[in-house]
Amino acid sequence: MSANYPAFIIMVPFISALLIFVIGWWNKRLSCGLVVAVLATVFLLSIGVMKDVMANGTIRYWLGGWEPPWGIEYVVDYLNAFMLVIISFVSLVVTIYSKKSIEKEIPDKIVPFYSLYLLLITGLMGIVITGDLFNVFVFLEIAAISCYALIGVGRKGASYSAFKYVVMGTVGASFYLLGVGYIYLVTGSLNMLDVAEILPSLYGSKIVLTAGVFMLVGIALKMAVYPLHAWAPGAYSDAPSAVSALIAPLMTKVAAYLMIRIFFTVFKPYFFVDVIPLASILTWIAAVSVIAGSIYAIAQSDLKKMLSYSVVAQIGYIALGIGLANEAGLTGAVLHILNEAFTKACVFMVAGAIIYKTGSCNILGFKDLYRKMPFTMSAFLIGAFSMVGIPPTCGFFSKLYLIIGSIDAKQWVFVAVLLTSSILNVIYFFRVIKIAAFEDVIPDYSRTTPYVAYRLDEAPLSMLIPILIMATGILVCGVFSPEIINTVIQHIIPASF
Amino acid sequence: MDFIIAKYNYWIYIILMMIGLYGMIAKNNLAKKVVGMTLFQTAIILFFISTSVKSGGATVPIVMGDPHLHGHVIPGTVHAIQYLNPLPHVLMLTAIVVMVATFGIAVALLMRIYKRYGTLEGDEIVEIRKQEAAL
Repeated sequence: MSANYPAFIIMVPFISALLIFVIGWWNKRLSCGLVVAVLATVFLLSIGVMKDVMANGTIRYWLGGWEPPWGIEYVVDYLNAFMLVIISFVSLVVTIYSKKSIEKEIPDKIVPFYSLYLLLITGLMGIVITGDLFNVFVFLEIAAISCYALIGVGRKGASYSAFKYVVMGTVGASFYLLGVGYIYLVTGSLNMLDVAEILPSLYGSKIVLTAGVFMLVGIALKMAVYPLHAWAPGAYSDAPSAVSALIAPLMTKVAAYLMIRIFFTVFKPYFFVDVIPLASILTWIAAVSVIAGSIYAIAQSDLKKMLSYSVVAQIGYIALGIGLANEAGLTGAVLHILNEAFTKACVFMVAGAIIYKTGSCNILGFKDLYRKMPFTMSAFLIGAFSMVGIPPTCGFFSKLYLIIGSIDAKQWVFVAVLLTSSILNVIYFFRVIKIAAFEDVIPDYSRTTPYVAYRLDEAPLSMLIPILIMATGILVCGVFSPEIINTVIQHIIPASF
Repeated sequence: MDFIIAKYNYWIYIILMMIGLYGMIAKNNLAKKVVGMTLFQTAIILFFISTSVKSGGATVPIVMGDPHLHGHVIPGTVHAIQYLNPLPHVLMLTAIVVMVATFGIAVALLMRIYKRYGTLEGDEIVEIRKQEAAL
């Protein structure tokens, strides 16, 4: 039974995505409960797989019993298992949150919404779990197509943002596919581990160089690294709040995972460092991404848009860690994936809760929000601390490792970039907090009772609890980050460093 | 010249892909962008399919078994050189499905955009969105 967990992780949400139509046709209100049950199962399965990996090492699951490299195999090592747990946990928490939010934002499309939602999660899990290059493309597109549809039902003008994402996302996936094609051309194999064995003898070949470049550009497009980010802010800010809270933490992080795979598993790290200097190009692009994303974020007056640009900036950190290609850099990048997933889920859920209560997320309208929604805004504060990198939160540790990585690589510019970006994060996050905490609504003295009555006006519990879980998660991950590094991330670092 | 003619299939794929890319970047009309996107994907399919071709009369890999051996093949009688590589075709079947789904969703979004903005011209939509944001 437990040997088949990797297959269940994909099949359970996939089949439920179809089943939900049957259940939803019978009773619409059950669909959310079903999704929660399914994702709880998936979460437990992921934990099971993680334990199995920790006990027995890498799992190689042959789908349908077909031996690789002919058949598709699911490979679960520490990195995959880590990602599986993150994805299933974040999506489970966001699902609990989504119920109220979706009932308010798109009440007539609940059943198809949850069906697409599960398909999206299936796609994300699939990208992570599979050990086959072409299978990655298929799952990438499953995730992307359901994501386009989910964004399209969002607030005013979402269809245009979704359309932009369709065009750019398709180009990204197509470039990746082209890279896979070139690799297949020279190696005759699609299995990642098999390809990794064959490729080193072919590193001189121009075809392999082209393949590497195509794959990285394609993934960078999906990751929304700075010059290729144009789709991300619109798509993330116009999507329904629950969808933003799901895709902003997960979509780009899964693409980042894929980049780590391509960099360190399919190709050997020295390919991108010595054979073609893509790693150093990536670090510079990432540095620009960090600064540009933060500056754009400062310029926004809409909270969701600001957070979306923050995603672009934060993905820069991860890309920087990958591009540095040393131990501390990669540790920082992987830890930052976890940190970003939690933090972005937390702050996007807060944005959704504010929209739920006030109908808008224009930052200037946030006055007195701390008195009305103290719990929600406290969670936002923790999220902001994590973004800035203040010690007990997890953001501090990942930034620390990234800075150590930059120092190890003797790249002083990146140290400066990382520190500067913290200050920029302070500017745009604390601006929100300043307005919400310290700017009072001016009392109306013309009235007989010249004071503003402050009433607690919190988001409903089913939205508040997930937000608080995420906020706690940020703190817990921060406090236990040495343990996380020692038990998991340490094993992700390739031996060749 | 030989270089171009001998590999003409790859040249066609590159040209098609560039036309698609040009369509996506340069055309203002969103429907034309979708056409460009589809061309781009089709070019990749052409690339994959043409990698599986072998010269010298290779054919589809249908191996006829020997009836005296219960349908099994006599060892040593089947040579890979006689058959096309079927895998790229299979991969592209999946890619076509993906392409159709992407196309479908792009067109559905176009319909919603047209309903909302009354136009499919990119610059006009951007203009309307700017005005809406200013309100």
